[in-house]
Amino acid sequence: MQYTRTVEALKEGTVIDHIPAGQGMKILRLFRLAETGERVTVGLNLSSRHMGSKDLIKVENIALTEDQANELALFAPKATVNVIENFEVVKKHQLELPETILGIFACPNSNCISHNEPVQSFFYVKAHGHDTKMKCKYCEKVFSKDIVVEVR
Amino acid sequence: MANPLYRKNIISIPDFSREELELVVETAARLKAEPRHDLLKDKLIASCFFEPSTRTRLSFETAVQRLGGRVIGFADGGNTSARKGETLADSIKIIASYTDAVVMRHPREGAARLASEFSSVPVINGGDGANQHPTQTLLDLFTIKETQGTLQELAVAFVGDLKYGRTVHSLTQALSLFNCRFYFVAPEALAMPDYICEELDERGISYTLAASLEEVIPEIDVLYMTRVQRERFDEAEFKKIQGKFVLRAEMLRHARDNMKILHPLPRVDEIDVDVDATPHAYYFEQAENGVYAREALLALVLNETV
Repeated sequence: MQYTRTVEALKEGTVIDHIPAGQGMKILRLFRLAETGERVTVGLNLSSRHMGSKDLIKVENIALTEDQANELALFAPKATVNVIENFEVVKKHQLELPETILGIFACPNSNCISHNEPVQSFFYVKAHGHDTKMKCKYCEKVFSKDIVVEVR
Repeated sequence: MANPLYRKNIISIPDFSREELELVVETAARLKAEPRHDLLKDKLIASCFFEPSTRTRLSFETAVQRLGGRVIGFADGGNTSARKGETLADSIKIIASYTDAVVMRHPREGAARLASEFSSVPVINGGDGANQHPTQTLLDLFTIKETQGTLQELAVAFVGDLKYGRTVHSLTQALSLFNCRFYFVAPEALAMPDYICEELDERGISYTLAASLEEVIPEIDVLYMTRVQRERFDEAEFKKIQGKFVLRAEMLRHARDNMKILHPLPRVDEIDVDVDATPHAYYFEQAENGVYAREALLALVLNETV
């Protein structure tokens, strides 16, 4: 079968590949990638030999930091994050769950003080069997990751 | 060397080490035996109750005055600039600039932690919504030590509303540092939350879920009763539960001599008044101990050595 490129190759920037299908738009929104002003190419429901189908995001001229890449691990622990310079992969991030997360998510507890005060949300992250638990620094409530990431 | 709580914020029981808990308990015992009137001399403490409270506020203010300090503050957030829309962060920044420490209660969870980030002086949490009430736990620990002579390896039963009762969660966390064994006696709908049981499992602490109060009474050193709120159940269900989780004097026949009954108060009908006259009742002494535990905490936070 002839291979055709569906997405143009990237000169500088970051490619986030192997995102579980359905998570791509969420990542785009939470990391505010569309607001960067840079050219962003998004592939949804692309076919993947290993995953069946996957999402993919390419962002030009922005290199994701280690911390940002690790925050991705919450949605897509098996995603690959490659930083590209001059069409070459110069860094492959190994995703690891971050220990803490600042900003990004709002606390699901509506009575948590963090909502109406001049602070950013802050969670402690802990792997817990198959699940990941997030504990709000302020209200000290512990949530399953899926609940926290759905709120925003 | 300064004591480890000097100038510290007192926000949440899991922030405490075992040694720090012991220090508060020992200091409370000392201040009860030998009252001091000088430990807060020239200190001005803010007592900021954004939500009303009877015992906590009065015992804090009593503690300050007994130690020779002075208090400013308010007993109801309705009369403060919070009502005009001021953030807690701004309010606390200003109150802290007037005083040497801030004692606060607030209806929102996390309020004390947030306040501590904006305050230039130590913040002491007097209750933040449904989250923490650390000084209740400290006075509970002091009372348990006073009645049992130790905090180590005791058998403690918690009865009533174990799901929403913040005092129960904090005391369980604190006592698990002392290898205590637990019995949880609660209606299914008000059972101990999973996250507390998981914490106990991780620490290798043994606990038993018991269906009735009477079966655990002969096994325990401390019986910690809490109020089951009537509004959480329909009338018929409440009646059924009520019989099982109400303590009456006749149920104490097989209790150990050293067994003491505690309750964070207010009690409604979960402890029959006929229990008050038994040698096991200790909840009123426990409430009095709130003053000594809070004296100890204020003294440690505001003095390098006590």
